[in-house]
Amino acid sequence: MIQSSQPILALKVEDLHKRFGAVEVLKGVHLDASIGDVISMLGASGSGKSTFLRCINLLETPDSGNITVHGETIGMTTDKSGRPMPSDMAQVIRLRARLGMVFQSFNLWSHMTVLENVTEALIHVLKMPKPDALDRAQATLDKVGMYDRQDYYPAHISGGQQQRTAIARALAMEPDLMLFDEPTSALDPELVGEVLKVMRALADEGRTMIVVTHEIGFARDVSNKVIFLHEGAIESEGIPADMFGNPESARFRQFLSNTLH
Amino acid sequence: MALPAYATPAQRLWHYIYLTICALVLFFLVMPLIAVIPISFSVSPFLQFTPEMLRLDPEAFSLRWYRMMMGDCSDPGITTVCSDNWKTGAKNSLFIGVIATALATTLGIFAALGLSRPIMPFRKLIMAIMISPLIVPLIITASGMFFFFAKLNLVSTYAGLILAHTILGLPFVVITVTATLVGFDASLTRAAASLGGGPVRNFFKVQMPLILPGVISGALFAFITSFDEVVIVLFIGGPDQITLPRQMWSGIRQEISPTILSVATILVILSICLLTVVELLRRRSERLRGIRPA
Repeated sequence: MIQSSQPILALKVEDLHKRFGAVEVLKGVHLDASIGDVISMLGASGSGKSTFLRCINLLETPDSGNITVHGETIGMTTDKSGRPMPSDMAQVIRLRARLGMVFQSFNLWSHMTVLENVTEALIHVLKMPKPDALDRAQATLDKVGMYDRQDYYPAHISGGQQQRTAIARALAMEPDLMLFDEPTSALDPELVGEVLKVMRALADEGRTMIVVTHEIGFARDVSNKVIFLHEGAIESEGIPADMFGNPESARFRQFLSNTLH
Repeated sequence: MALPAYATPAQRLWHYIYLTICALVLFFLVMPLIAVIPISFSVSPFLQFTPEMLRLDPEAFSLRWYRMMMGDCSDPGITTVCSDNWKTGAKNSLFIGVIATALATTLGIFAALGLSRPIMPFRKLIMAIMISPLIVPLIITASGMFFFFAKLNLVSTYAGLILAHTILGLPFVVITVTATLVGFDASLTRAAASLGGGPVRNFFKVQMPLILPGVISGALFAFITSFDEVVIVLFIGGPDQITLPRQMWSGIRQEISPTILSVATILVILSICLLTVVELLRRRSERLRGIRPA
């Protein structure tokens, strides 16, 4: 194998295509994430950022392209009517457990407390014994500042607290890679800071993260790589200093001035 | 519904007429149920308020019809037929009701899940067929089932009755669960999938608890439908399949015994308890989750 001679990437995405009906949302997107990378994905709404993120853990099935997580490529095949589908669902389920995902709308389970939301997958997916799962869940909740609220139901805490719980839920699985899908877009402005603070701390720990965001400040200060998507294709990419200091793409300059104005 | 301070005399008058009409309607609905209760405690074997009862004479009241209902025939004052049929009927009704409800609920949840997926073909048509037992007159359903079940040797069997009641209960479950699924946020199962949960576990741990209120009310309707169903039992049930409604039906036709009223009283109290418990549980879970009732 070629990859054995190179350092193993946390994530390698090659030539990813996805269309919804007549609209081609992703037109061959590539991405290489080394271990410890924090990659920010920017782009106007409708540019395909969120779809790209969902394709990585197969919540959306890509039409073509390769996804390799820590050297393991997700096998794809087609069903009877020619639509693409994973060839081995067990592999997808196993890999998903190693890719933590945080959603724009939190997606906490409203019938479980904060603590139960975090322990659920530990007990039932990782098959941890209950006391161990509790310990790990509480330690993770402590890390995101939600230890005191562990017995609350999601409806009784603020949006920022819900999102921090959702981060803890993904983080407690000790994933190889964290995917953030616009984690602060559904929050009131005064609650954005607390969530970004948690994400900053995770980046400082050296976690591998891919963050779809509109927070230019976060992309500039925290990430070590910025990707700008335009209409389903990568328009420009690079290190933040180059991207923001001297943007060569006219579209990216336009995007920045629209966002920052 | 308080009257505002600035209401005109005409508005006041209408307000009180309105309240009176409401009270009369409620009275009309509830009175037959309430009238049954005191007569069921009467000593007299006739279905009426005796003058002694109206004077609240303790001698005029007894539990003899309740004892008879339990199959205790030792009371010399009982002139009507006394048998174990009430106990048998209660047992059979419970047995048939519980199994038919379990079947209807399980099948109904599957049907609703399938029918709420956009890729399902002929959804409208299948839905219409599924809820047809609600629309087609019961006597037609019953006679149709009779001829069909006769060919399958299901007439006069418990299996036949359970199947028939499952079919009757199914539409309630399909309708309530479909309605709950409309409000269900699919991104919650997506979150479960992103954590590596398999589809079956995601359904039972995430989707099922959240659609549970719909499932419970559907199951409750299915059970009540089966529990007070008499037409299909008359068609399909054999001599062994005495259910409570059937026993009440034959009790009214052959001999007018206050035992029927005792049974009716117990059924009214049971239904009130059942509905209260379910409602309290529902409110409790909503309060816990901080969801306001819609």
